[in-house]
Amino acid sequence: MAELKGRKLIASRCAKFFKDGDFVNLGIGLPLMCVNYLPEGVDLWLEAEIGTVGSGATPKWGEEDIDVIDAGGQPASVIKGGSVCDHETSFAYIRGGHIDAAVLGTLQVDEEGNIANWTIPGKLVPGMGGAMDLCAGVKRIIVATDHCEKSGRSKILKKCTLPLTGVKCVTDIVTEKCYFQVGSDGLILRELAPGYTVEDVLASTEAKVIIPDEIGVME
Amino acid sequence: MKSKVVTREEALEKIHSGQTIMFGDWHGEFSAEEIISGMLEKGVTDIDAIAVSAGMPDQGLGRLINERRVKSLITTHIGLNPVARDQMFAGELEIEFSPQGTFAERIRCGGAGLGGCLTPTGIGTDVEKGKEKLTINGKEYLLELPLRADVALIKATKADTAGNISFRMNSRATNSTMAMAADWVIAEVEEIVEVGELGPEEIDVPAPVIDMVYERTGEKRYLCPMWQKLKAKAEGGKA
Repeated sequence: MAELKGRKLIASRCAKFFKDGDFVNLGIGLPLMCVNYLPEGVDLWLEAEIGTVGSGATPKWGEEDIDVIDAGGQPASVIKGGSVCDHETSFAYIRGGHIDAAVLGTLQVDEEGNIANWTIPGKLVPGMGGAMDLCAGVKRIIVATDHCEKSGRSKILKKCTLPLTGVKCVTDIVTEKCYFQVGSDGLILRELAPGYTVEDVLASTEAKVIIPDEIGVME
Repeated sequence: MKSKVVTREEALEKIHSGQTIMFGDWHGEFSAEEIISGMLEKGVTDIDAIAVSAGMPDQGLGRLINERRVKSLITTHIGLNPVARDQMFAGELEIEFSPQGTFAERIRCGGAGLGGCLTPTGIGTDVEKGKEKLTINGKEYLLELPLRADVALIKATKADTAGNISFRMNSRATNSTMAMAADWVIAEVEEIVEVGELGPEEIDVPAPVIDMVYERTGEKRYLCPMWQKLKAKAEGGKA
């Protein structure tokens, strides 16, 4: 297999966090790409906020069911053994600690595990949707993000400056450059993506980075 | 059993300007579209709306926002409706954002006779501003207050003449929760059947909770505008 890079590498690495049978919520966009890289023998119960346990692949046109949709309102399917529920039950799964892991995109994340991904006041005010509930109730919050903004500014900060979505909830951060585990005292550099060095990561990370004796290769 | 089947005109007699109205839908899908068309024709305006999102400009509640019939909205997300965003920035549409799970639970409280709920969602964020915090077993929670409405507009798949309603797959959305939380509950359905045809396990919201059922007279099941666009794009891509 060709060496993965960029967003594909991020999705592939995030997919390795999952165990067979995990109940998982994946945000729209990059997080949802994880389903393309699941290790063999790992099948997930994917949650859709509207009230699906076991959300499946996008159907082909002609096979769509107008009553089966994803969180964004687009055509979806339900896997074998999957189920549907009402909206309040869907969020009881989320808040009640029933979901093993969620993968979220972000605007900013910081060394304490705080995340800011729902608004840029005055500019981008879509509403928080279900993101705050995920942060409040899911055991493992994995952030999947570009390391820096388009301007080059780090998204991985000492302290988030945008309004927070969740407080001290992020457990793991995966970027195109590396994988950080969020520690009690800073971000632990667990793996480097092929082609990147510790110096590259330090130069593009504002947060405190802890360098352990062994650093793995991200794949 | 008394029949709750009504015409659209009879349903519209219960809907007035200035009311607080819940719209049970999902981004405008699974909406009571024919009743909403009637509201547009009748001139219903100054609506205080409660809906999971602002819909889209050509779907569901979004059509009312598009025609400036909505003065405030309690919701979780408006990202799919640029018209709602522009009206909010212009100060024409007052919006209160609630996290989605909190939104669902506030409506549940409104329909279940509860004075509110305690949730960890939003602790440490802007959502906690102005709200009471309580510590239970060492963990902090926000007190979130119930939501109720004058009217709930529900879209269901089937109803029987007594007013029992049933939803297919995801079309339940926020509809069943909202059906419990309003003084007057109107369900627009694809098909009305005789009492007894919906079995006890098929009934998602029971007849005593529903005040009126209206059967669509136009197309019963159709691709919403968003899907029509997606499909056209997909097919255009192939050609």
